[in-house]
Amino acid sequence: MDNGTKKYDLEKFKRVHLSDDANEELSRPQLSFWKDAWIRLRKNTGAITGLIVIVFIILIAFIGPFMNEYTNEGANYDAAYLPPKVKGLEAIGFDGIQTYEVQGATKEEAIERGLAGYEIEEEYVQDTEVVITKEESEDGYVTVAMEVDIYAARGLEDQYFWFGTDSMGRDLWTRIWNGTQISLYIGFLAAMIDMVIGVIYGGISGYYGGKTDNIMQRIIEILSGIPNLVVVILMIILLEPGLIAITIALTITGWIGMARIVRGQVLKLKGQEFILAARTLGANNKRILMKHLIPNVTGMIIINTMFTIPSAIFFEAFLSFIGLGLQPPIASLGTLIDTAFDDYRVFPYMLLYPAVIISLLMIGFNILADGLRDALDPKMRK
Amino acid sequence: MNNDKILEVKNLKQHFQAGRKRIVKAVDGVSFDIYRGETFGLVGESGCGKSTTGRTIIRLYNATSGEVKFNGIDVHGRKSKKDLKQFNRQMQMIFQDPYASLNPRMTVKEIILEGIEIHGLIEHEAAKTKRVEELLETVGLNKEHATRYPHEFSGGQRQRIGIARALAVDPEFIIADEPISALDVSIQAQVVNLMKELQEKHGLTYLFIAHDLSMVKYISDRIAVMYAGKIVELADSDELYKNPLHPYTRSLLSAIPLPDPDFERTRERTIYDPAQHDADNAKFREVKQGHWLLCTEEAYKAYQVNQSFGPTPSD
Repeated sequence: MDNGTKKYDLEKFKRVHLSDDANEELSRPQLSFWKDAWIRLRKNTGAITGLIVIVFIILIAFIGPFMNEYTNEGANYDAAYLPPKVKGLEAIGFDGIQTYEVQGATKEEAIERGLAGYEIEEEYVQDTEVVITKEESEDGYVTVAMEVDIYAARGLEDQYFWFGTDSMGRDLWTRIWNGTQISLYIGFLAAMIDMVIGVIYGGISGYYGGKTDNIMQRIIEILSGIPNLVVVILMIILLEPGLIAITIALTITGWIGMARIVRGQVLKLKGQEFILAARTLGANNKRILMKHLIPNVTGMIIINTMFTIPSAIFFEAFLSFIGLGLQPPIASLGTLIDTAFDDYRVFPYMLLYPAVIISLLMIGFNILADGLRDALDPKMRK
Repeated sequence: MNNDKILEVKNLKQHFQAGRKRIVKAVDGVSFDIYRGETFGLVGESGCGKSTTGRTIIRLYNATSGEVKFNGIDVHGRKSKKDLKQFNRQMQMIFQDPYASLNPRMTVKEIILEGIEIHGLIEHEAAKTKRVEELLETVGLNKEHATRYPHEFSGGQRQRIGIARALAVDPEFIIADEPISALDVSIQAQVVNLMKELQEKHGLTYLFIAHDLSMVKYISDRIAVMYAGKIVELADSDELYKNPLHPYTRSLLSAIPLPDPDFERTRERTIYDPAQHDADNAKFREVKQGHWLLCTEEAYKAYQVNQSFGPTPSD
């Protein structure tokens, strides 16, 4: 560079002066923790889908039973085993046509035996088709699929059971949504137990530490050493099997996971300087727990609760399925699946709807919980 | 400076149980006085017990033995709730890590108001807001910052929020536990200057804990050097820098870096070897007016004899 050949016009330059205030200004939009988390959750398509599915199921669970005139326990044996039929949706399968598979030495004999067995007049048979011919079968019988307009055969042309009926002619739509209510109750009960007992127990154990912590943790270990199923069976010996027994069983052991997580978090947090600062300011234990520790664990609490709900729902369904849970005539998704399981090959619709709903509930809660974990983790902040 | 003692620490010990048999003597017999209005520096390497000393003084830990008197009243003695609250207002602390010392779930306003709320100092909401704005201004922040959350601030700004929180209850004595060691150098000066300013304005007394000797010299009136749970030397800051007696102090002083490559290349480091002392017989003795040293009887006598000839090379 040849210095001095270029002359700069000093007039063109002006000193940029930062004002003292500008130095301390914050340009980022003002966001609270929850707003920030919501923005991140909104971007997560899966979590939002899960949320919508859950909200939708919850809404129908409460509105559904009032959407038709059938009741939960009104048995009507004339209307037993009716497949789903919805006005206007006949074209996509909700036409009330039941397919029976019948066997006989010839096609005609099979149909005849089917009509006699299921007590159906021949005029209501809409279509027949040989599924397995004599040559294909191992036992030398012909298997025929016989489509029957069962509503007409029973003289119930003007009835519409949207999800069909069960073996006692009870409307499955009503029963499924009543069952979903029970499942949701179990889920939210588990969540409440988690949030109240689990959080307080874990918080106290972690915060006071030392001997208190030692004793409380030994109690937890003893409780978690007893298998859940054993607790339920003990409860059933003491009480009638039913909602109360399950509720108590959940209350005894359901909060342990949460208590451990909260304890771990509190142990980690209580040595942090902002806790020490609160103590030097004279904050008492209650204030430190409620104002400093618990709010900093909320993220973890919410995430863990969201994972507890589906597992509690499944726990109830599982108990009902093996016969330890709710007893008929009370419907829950578990008991509905249990009864449908007996003849799901002939009446698959009885199994399909409760199974789909419980699956949607569980997947919905799990995906939402997953999304919440990402949204509430401050390390995800960009 | 006057001779009004705000804090007297006598033979303070803080031992921690580490495992079943092992005991860690974090602070092992520390004595010093702090006069009203001064800044007392406490320096030493990591793990020497200086933070523990500070935390024990403010009752975050219960002392194993020894005495801490604040304004003539024993801090660790039995106290009524009212006395404790009074004590909590008079003595405050500024913490080391500006990222960990503010609750991430509280707004700046809530953080600063915490002490005021605990002690019920201000009743009305409007007056509280005004006080927060006042305090923010005092520490050089905008009043618009009151509704923000800590994660939005830089380290220096957070440290100033921490200072505002301590100031909110109008303390007389503030323990600053390495308040600048987590900040970069330009911000360090900002915070230290702010602390000096506040000291003049509010008549504060500081116990300034640090490991950065250059900064401690700048802010402190008197300095105590700690090593392995004991104070090894205590003197006025000028005296300590000009006339360091304890080999550990000399070693610390020799470690201060200078921004001069020629000097740095040829610098001789003084390495401290604790084995050179008879640690069992060493006692804390005043070898000169206001200059205390942890030394043995013989070494003490040698200092008395040699005083007119300047410092001796070693004890």
